[in-house]
Amino acid sequence: MLKTFSLGGIHPAENKLSASSAIQVLPIPETVSIPISQHIGAPATPIVKKNDEVKVGQLIAKSSGFVSANIHSSVSGTVFKVDEIMDASGFRRTSIIIKVNGDEWMETIDRSADLVKEISASKEEIVKKIAEAGIVGLGGATFPAHVKLSVPPGKTAEVLIINAVECEPYLTSDHRVMLEKGDEVLVGTQILMKALGVNKAIIGIENNKPDAIAHLTSLAANYQGVEICPLKTQYPQGGEKQLISAIIKREIPSGTLPIEVGAVVQNVGTALAVYEAIQKNKPLFERVATITGKSLKNPSNWKFRIGTPIKDLIDAAGGLPEDTGKIVGGGPMMGKALTTVDVPLTKGSSGLLLLPREEAIRKESKPCIRCGKCISVCPMGLEPFLLMVLADKKEYDRLESDAVMDCIECGSCSFTCPANRPLLDYIRLGKGKVGQIMRSRK
Amino acid sequence: MNTKVLIAPSPHVHSGDSIQKNMYGVVFAMLPALIFSFVYFGLGAIIVTLTAVASCYLFEFLITKYLLKRVPTLNDGSALITGILLAFNVPSNLPIWIILIGALVAIGIGKMTFGGLGNNVFNPALVGRVFLLISFPVQMTSWPKPLGFDTAYFDAETGATPLALIKEGLKKGEPLSQLMHDVPSNIDLLMGNMGGSMGEVAGVALLLGLLYMLFKKIISWHIPVAVLGTVAIFSGILHMASPEAYAGPLFHILTGGLLLGAIFMATDYVTSPMSNKGMIIYGIGIGVLTVVIRVFGAYPEGVSFAILIMNAFVPLINVYVKPKRFGEKRK
Repeated sequence: MLKTFSLGGIHPAENKLSASSAIQVLPIPETVSIPISQHIGAPATPIVKKNDEVKVGQLIAKSSGFVSANIHSSVSGTVFKVDEIMDASGFRRTSIIIKVNGDEWMETIDRSADLVKEISASKEEIVKKIAEAGIVGLGGATFPAHVKLSVPPGKTAEVLIINAVECEPYLTSDHRVMLEKGDEVLVGTQILMKALGVNKAIIGIENNKPDAIAHLTSLAANYQGVEICPLKTQYPQGGEKQLISAIIKREIPSGTLPIEVGAVVQNVGTALAVYEAIQKNKPLFERVATITGKSLKNPSNWKFRIGTPIKDLIDAAGGLPEDTGKIVGGGPMMGKALTTVDVPLTKGSSGLLLLPREEAIRKESKPCIRCGKCISVCPMGLEPFLLMVLADKKEYDRLESDAVMDCIECGSCSFTCPANRPLLDYIRLGKGKVGQIMRSRK
Repeated sequence: MNTKVLIAPSPHVHSGDSIQKNMYGVVFAMLPALIFSFVYFGLGAIIVTLTAVASCYLFEFLITKYLLKRVPTLNDGSALITGILLAFNVPSNLPIWIILIGALVAIGIGKMTFGGLGNNVFNPALVGRVFLLISFPVQMTSWPKPLGFDTAYFDAETGATPLALIKEGLKKGEPLSQLMHDVPSNIDLLMGNMGGSMGEVAGVALLLGLLYMLFKKIISWHIPVAVLGTVAIFSGILHMASPEAYAGPLFHILTGGLLLGAIFMATDYVTSPMSNKGMIIYGIGIGVLTVVIRVFGAYPEGVSFAILIMNAFVPLINVYVKPKRFGEKRK
């Protein structure tokens, strides 16, 4: 029996349409818009102004706190302006807009394709450099990577877990990275192990990617302490808590972090970025994303420069299909619906999904028939049907005692509900309100 | 860009599961038992089924449209289930007018009074059945014998159920070992060769339905296993303590509609608990009450009452029995 997490879970149609499409390089656009907030935490502070000349990899906005991240230019050219534009969140946020001129990289970046296996940087240097390179969790949550690598006093990291699950349907960027950049990922993993001072790393991959499992398993023989763990395909296994539960059979207590059970989780894409930052001196200004959808001409995977308009990615894959009803930034389970294709791709852009209109329309919501399926699929052991009612009735005390804050918003309940009830919509509202109440109590 | 796109929070896809799929799945699972009942009881079973189903639909339509003044939603399949279950729970020679009363009580009082599908506390078909059992005890306990396909309806040859035979016999002081010769063998019980309500007799058909529903994930194993396991253990203990006074576990499981109750009635979504732990507690409660009523109560059969009593505890179970939360310390 393959390992998987302890509670609940669903298996949506995988639809990995772009799995066999090798990573291509997206052309550099004429203008990029680089938001200063592409991560969880405080927005970075711009350090360039209009008409400044910048190179690829040059720092253009500085981290403004411990939980924040540096932002680097992804192109060479002239800063056109620093202004508010709409980003993927739908809000207007400060971005640095750069007119592209050529493709001149910082001299410090090693642009050769040679694999550098020897890790010469010390533990402290690694963490410092990861912070300088502006690396954030590339799985989608975009939590600054150096924060997780700074183990709080009193806690010890025992094992590094690399999240290569890619449990979201449709998305294949991590899959392609493993197949095409396997060695880089493994060196990156060893760098992260050194940073944490652990001698064991486990890479969790779902068994719907047998080629990636086979490839990394054969490579991993050359990397001491790195183990590949095939997992049963089950959503939301890519959730940090679920992945830890699946691989080391420990459940993180409510309201605490993975380090509580001795684990640190980093995404496989993050491991690649770490390799590039440490071994090649290259900050995070490009990454791989999947562009996909059933009606799309050419579902595929692309390496893009951060700040490229989403439109360019769609055009590269054959243009926006006629029947598009929803544009989703990310996967179908946890991605965000976008209002326009004019927003920029950012560090957190793991994919773009174009859903046909008939799939995008929600069915009519019916009364709850109390079948309990939402409970049986909830990976956190919650009662979504009840949380929805409590949120609707504004019963915030009971929401709190029924553990609404444990909800990871994976959407398994709404996905499963035979009555098409918008469970997660209400739970999110309730969570927001309870979170406010809890903060005001402090 | 000219294309208008929809904006909604995640998730952006749905499993495609629906209330209809689950309801018609249950109906499909009831087909083997329905076919067996037609074969055993003939024309009577067909008349009873058609009357029950048609009247359940009719009453649901009339009440929704003219009393609640809502748009009737008959296509969810729940009235069909109530109709078939009501038919399953009555003898195949029950007069049509009594069936109509049963359907009115089931739909009118059992379901619509509470606000319709999803809101009722008690299993509607059982509300109808128990109302009829109390109101028309004679007609409700004259069981036609399963004689093979027969065109007789009112004048069908009748007999007692195995449980009633044993209860009567024990009351007269006859030893159980003697009485067991008069009731059908376990194989006959499993195949449905006994007197009883039209849908409860064929154990093998009901078990087929259970397998289908488990396979299709319409229900989980918790309730049927808890009910049957509890009855087996409880009646087994009694039987071991006094073999001459109490029948064995297999006899209890195969008779008196226990399989029908455990598989199709206790598992009703609306009137059973939501969490796995809750389902097990509820199932154990049904099992214990069933044996207590059968062995110590006035009625020879106790499944219907046991389920209705436990239905009443469901809201309480839902409040106090929480699923195991992720990250909670296991005790």
